[in-house]
Amino acid sequence: MNHSHTFSLPRLWAIVVKEFIQMRRDRLTFGMMIGIPLIQLILFGFAINSDPKHLATAVHVADHGPQARSVLGSMKASGYFDFIREVANEAEGERLLATGEVQFLVTIPAGFSRELLRGEKPTLLLEADATDPAATGNAIAALKIIARSALDNDLKGGLAFLQSGADPLELRVHPKYNPEGVTQYNIVPGLMGVVLTMTMAMITALAITRERERGTMENLLSMPTKPLEVLLGKIIPYILVGYAQVGLILLAARVIFNVPMVGSLTLLLAVAMLFIIANLAVGITFSTLARNQLQAVQMTFFFFLPSMLLSGFMFPFRGMPGWAQMIGELLPLTHFLRIVRGVLLKGNGFAEISGQIWPIALFALLAVVVGVKRYRRTLD
Amino acid sequence: MEPEFTIDVHGMTKIFDGKTVVNGMDLRMRRGEICGFLGPNGSGKTTFIRMLCGLLHPDGGSGSCLGYNVIRESEKIRLESGYMTQRFSFYEDLTIAENLDFVARMFSLPGRRASVEAALEWLGLANRRNQLAGELSGGWKQRLALAACMIHKPRLLLLDEPTAGVDPKARRQFWDTIRTLADGGLTVLVSTHYMDEAIRCDSLAYIAYGNLLVHGTPAEVAGDSTLEEVFVRLMDGVEDSYH
Repeated sequence: MNHSHTFSLPRLWAIVVKEFIQMRRDRLTFGMMIGIPLIQLILFGFAINSDPKHLATAVHVADHGPQARSVLGSMKASGYFDFIREVANEAEGERLLATGEVQFLVTIPAGFSRELLRGEKPTLLLEADATDPAATGNAIAALKIIARSALDNDLKGGLAFLQSGADPLELRVHPKYNPEGVTQYNIVPGLMGVVLTMTMAMITALAITRERERGTMENLLSMPTKPLEVLLGKIIPYILVGYAQVGLILLAARVIFNVPMVGSLTLLLAVAMLFIIANLAVGITFSTLARNQLQAVQMTFFFFLPSMLLSGFMFPFRGMPGWAQMIGELLPLTHFLRIVRGVLLKGNGFAEISGQIWPIALFALLAVVVGVKRYRRTLD
Repeated sequence: MEPEFTIDVHGMTKIFDGKTVVNGMDLRMRRGEICGFLGPNGSGKTTFIRMLCGLLHPDGGSGSCLGYNVIRESEKIRLESGYMTQRFSFYEDLTIAENLDFVARMFSLPGRRASVEAALEWLGLANRRNQLAGELSGGWKQRLALAACMIHKPRLLLLDEPTAGVDPKARRQFWDTIRTLADGGLTVLVSTHYMDEAIRCDSLAYIAYGNLLVHGTPAEVAGDSTLEEVFVRLMDGVEDSYH
């Protein structure tokens, strides 16, 4: 009987063994198979929280009566609001909202306690940065319940009549920047950052490894070229590609999704340049580390996954635990998202976003330095 | 002033991961000389050539190449030498003319267009200038690579197995070209496995396991027997002493 025509278990086994040997020798692929599930477990299991609590809140208190204190105390007790700043006036609070330092601004108007005791239903004003509806929704819903029950202890005995029937105070919520809570207003501008992160880093990561794999690197190195010439020469064409992507997304945001564009497009395009360069530089750095194109793609993936999950694109940034927020702060996408949303939805100017620009610049600089250092002029 | 020796290096050494690939090699070449670089695969020929043109940093050795210090002045050596890699290393997704133009720009050649035209003319590919380099046959690819290496008019040409995988007729033409260039004063170091090519060299250097075993004219090296016999004997001797 001719065995080569039948299914052979030893042959099958030989292939299985060979695959395992190759898998073991390809450390990065092996790392990816173990690393990706681990990263996802940690991120989805611990870092991501669709019911964000402890949201940064500023208070503007113009009344220091005991009832005002009770209301604030109950808000704090709910776990949704962390009072991190007390502001002296409305304008200061507005600025904190615009820069994104706080998610909420609570205003207790003058005469709050007095009006409350007179049964005049004073107003409790909550202004929310609603660019990301998911981040604010639960807190606002919780506040509606708090407003009803916060004064239960204060309004007892002789004051119990204030409690009967309607609410003792009027809660007024201003969801700013995205009053209808349209998710697309948050997602579509964010996509700009996500698309750039993925494509820009990937394209340049392949750029140098491709030269190495095809053997053209040897030739390039034997000619009188300087590292910076090669690296910049590979970055510049893709800056244009990046801008084409930005233009496409802005157009879609405007025409298809009707995303409001309050701020200056010129400012946004200028900052986009920095962000594009940061991602291209990361890709270049990967390509100097990777030995082949597959490794370059894998490295890009390791960069892209945390960027996507920890930047506040998919899940509210403030809902994540401290360590995850810290990682997020290191990633350029996190800052770019704040800039895009800030400029488009809040009408932020340079002053409000400057705090987000320098981390991107620092990241880009670091990536370029590592890339240039790692780029070898020889084949050693 | 033109130095007496285009290549004059001593004790060139390269170690990869503790393994000595080139072991204290000396080599001298006069202007206009064609030196055939022979030896089994993995003997260190490519590594030696790469050290000469600055693609690898030597772990030991000294000397000069084109009158420049071979360790410290590799930038200058690059500018005046042409290196043709073993594997076709131009851009297959660029056309013939685009490849030549790219190289001309890399060397910042004055009168770039004219140089490219001259190279196309020399290649005899002026009418196929817009063809992708990847579509060329082995022989033509190798001619294109030679033209690209020569576009900046180097004084030294380093050829790493330029005729591997090329048909006999194209090989003969290639060597005729090399000889013409050498007669014009170009110094050529060329590695090869073909004995008919070795015979056409002015001098031969035979290396094995990173050591230079024999160096001389083909007649000196061959003696009473044929080159092929000498090399097989050399190989056997070296293998005995290494195993």
